[in-house]
Amino acid sequence: MTSHRILVVKTSILVILIVLFNSLGNVLLGKGMKQIGEVKDWSASALGAFFVKTFTSGWIWLGIGSLLLFFVAYLLVLSWADISYVLPATATGYAVVPLLSHFFLREAVTTLRWTGVALICVGVAFVSRTSPRTTGQG
Amino acid sequence: MRGCGVRKPDLATHDRAGLSMRTALCLAILVLAGTGGDIAVAHVMKQVGEVKNFTPRALLRVLSRAFRLRWMWLALGLMTLAFLSLLALLSWEAVSLVVPATALSYVIGALGGKFLLGEQLSRVRWGGIVLVSVGVALVCAG
Repeated sequence: MTSHRILVVKTSILVILIVLFNSLGNVLLGKGMKQIGEVKDWSASALGAFFVKTFTSGWIWLGIGSLLLFFVAYLLVLSWADISYVLPATATGYAVVPLLSHFFLREAVTTLRWTGVALICVGVAFVSRTSPRTTGQG
Repeated sequence: MRGCGVRKPDLATHDRAGLSMRTALCLAILVLAGTGGDIAVAHVMKQVGEVKNFTPRALLRVLSRAFRLRWMWLALGLMTLAFLSLLALLSWEAVSLVVPATALSYVIGALGGKFLLGEQLSRVRWGGIVLVSVGVALVCAG
């Protein structure tokens, strides 16, 4: 495999991990916070109890772990790839959610949203046709 | 903007002007601080150098090197500021306005990459970035 091909493959793997861990982290935090419930009492003791409840929740810790993995993957990919390549490539996550909700959850997706998904896919395809690294480093 | 309809009619004009100013300021902080954080992280990792060894010990060494650089703490500070301004915005503004507006980050991030980090952006990459920004805005607004 040529060095350019290796660069493209490892960047793609890290971008997939970034999208996966970021989405998973947000879903897990959302699930945890929904179980804990809305803050209605703003007294110090109630906030303390809310804090303890939050940080003793398994879902919250799984979410934090997933977001930490997201951040590590983000740091790693930026050690060799351009920010102007990585940022738009990770926008794939915005397209994946409507696609999954339509095909797995049978949710209705509006035409506007489908147009957005199509534009993201074409945009990411354009960006991925360029080299992940354009600076002299490495 | 959802939620504006519940305001008293006699205060509507004054409130909307104040609201849009406050919203615009927070949106600017959200986009600029968030993207600034991303650019600072990219700068740190370019200083650390390309990671080629992926063993846990080597990764810990990379992370400890990155966190010893001042730019990393600046990045974390900017990202925290962006997060706080997102939380503040969501307390009075609809998600359907806030999230699509953050699609501007892709264009600002690319400008930062070009002018601050020396990245070479071809027309194809610019085209892709603009399409992604519009696409994200439509997905979130839809």
